Amino acid sequence: MSTQTLLTTQAVTTTGARPAKRPRMERVNWSGTVILILCAVTVLLPLYVTISMAFKTTGQAVDGNAFSLPAPFSLDGFVQAWNLTKFPVGAAISLLVTAGTVICTIVLAAFASYAIVRNWDRRLFRYSFFYLLAAMFIPFPVVALPQIQLTGRVGLDNPVGVIILATMFQLSFSVLLFTAFLRSIPIELEESARIDGATTWQTFWKLIFPLLAPMSATVGIFAFLYAWNDFMMPSLIISDPALQTLPVRQNLFQTQFSNNYNVSFASYLMAMAPAIVAYLFTQRWVMEGVTQGAVKG
Amino acid sequence: MSTTTTIVTGGDTRARRSARRVEPIYYLFLLPSLILFTLAITVPGVVGIFFSFTDSIGIGEWSFVGLTNYIALFSDPAILQSYLFTFGFSIVTVIAVNVIAFLLAVGLTSRIRFKTGLRAIFVIPMVISGIIIAYVFNFLFSNSIPAAGSALGVPWLETSLLANPDLAWVAIVIVTAWQAIPGTLLIYIAGLLSVPGDVYEAADLDGASKVQQLFRITVPLVAGYVVINVILGFKGFLNAYDIIVGLTGGGPGTATRSIAMTIITGFNGGDYAYQMANATIFFVVAILISLLQLSLTRGRNAL
Repeated sequence: MSTQTLLTTQAVTTTGARPAKRPRMERVNWSGTVILILCAVTVLLPLYVTISMAFKTTGQAVDGNAFSLPAPFSLDGFVQAWNLTKFPVGAAISLLVTAGTVICTIVLAAFASYAIVRNWDRRLFRYSFFYLLAAMFIPFPVVALPQIQLTGRVGLDNPVGVIILATMFQLSFSVLLFTAFLRSIPIELEESARIDGATTWQTFWKLIFPLLAPMSATVGIFAFLYAWNDFMMPSLIISDPALQTLPVRQNLFQTQFSNNYNVSFASYLMAMAPAIVAYLFTQRWVMEGVTQGAVKG
Repeated sequence: MSTTTTIVTGGDTRARRSARRVEPIYYLFLLPSLILFTLAITVPGVVGIFFSFTDSIGIGEWSFVGLTNYIALFSDPAILQSYLFTFGFSIVTVIAVNVIAFLLAVGLTSRIRFKTGLRAIFVIPMVISGIIIAYVFNFLFSNSIPAAGSALGVPWLETSLLANPDLAWVAIVIVTAWQAIPGTLLIYIAGLLSVPGDVYEAADLDGASKVQQLFRITVPLVAGYVVINVILGFKGFLNAYDIIVGLTGGGPGTATRSIAMTIITGFNGGDYAYQMANATIFFVVAILISLLQLSLTRGRNAL
């Protein structure tokens, strides 16, 4: 994050000096650049506040000035948040729910899409496609109450239940993306594999699944963002607070944080950092994936 | 001669199709999704609609009450308020998000410096949990801004936006927009990049100004993307929950209680069947909007 703040400040200082030195023909839109940098500040400001608040002492954090730098620099907030919210447990559960949802969504959706596309002439498969797609019309709040009851009754009021439900809510969209992509793969490719004696199972894993990789990335990114960040579903489905995910923990401990703002912000920072770091390393794929997914879906 | 051939070939393919057995493994591929989907979504959906015609409180005995719940819903001020709030909030947010995201996308596809760096920054809010960022903004609205207001001597800044029943929704719009702009922005960037550059060159030659080019060329050419963004955004905002919990908890009073929040009260409040009727109506609303989406996007598959 600090590198980005650096980038913007650098940009502001060099704005005036640069254009004369640029030999290129196209004119750089400097006024546009400055406006966009100012807009970017509104994105970075809440993140800066989160980071600087997290490193303050409790005494400095309550003075109300969110924009001051931490002085002295303190790790107390992190230590207290770590112990209070049982961060390692929350992180492990969030990781489990996210990994579970991503893997289940990719595998189940790829399986179903392959079966549907290769047997499109069969009514069962064709109707299954529209049936699975219908969930795009069903928002979670509509089925939330019965789902809370039913998961409770069958002992799935835990992270495993959340994985199943989250996967099912991601399924429609993922099947839509996979089937569109599978239709563009020429069948001849598969037939040559079959002539070499590959079974359908082998063909799927050795040929089709690797070909699906770019779509799997898109599907996986959407599933990751949903499962890692969602508050509503885990908060309602998981009945044992000790098994809650990171976003829900922020809500559960809100009253216990009380005015120890350094503790609460350290807790927020630890909960959002993994996704931001993962994003910074995979920016390109995330942006391409989201664009592709949204435009096709 | 020719007729016989067609009949023969026609019969041939039909025979081949029925002779072709679906390999059992394909059922193995399809069934896990079908079964889990049915158990996780269809069954709860049907159970919910069923109980909306009863007086169940979620456990214990119940009996059928016909349309009583539905009739009561339409004259319940709390329900009407939640629908008014949710729709009003969604309309304002969808307009704000699309206008800002579109302008940012125009900026980010023009000849600016630091293009990739800026784009990377603008997308960050998308990867942050809604409830957590709502807590961060909650602190800013209720502590930092009032503190700055009293320091600068600006009275109307001294009280928290979140404590004002008439204006708390503005805070929810701001945070929701902050988080929703990146996704919308990426779609608009894709749309703007799909417009061929020579169109603008031609317009330049004809002496069209940049503003004219924006409204006469860019906007019409990305109209399909606008439709997608508006509908997807609107559908998402109608489900608003996480950010509201983090900002106002539905308050002050019930001023910012969304439809999703009222439905969830059925879990603790004892009016399970009543809120299931509410959920059923919300479902119908969601379907109507999706049908609108289908009719508007049909024929735009070229995207």
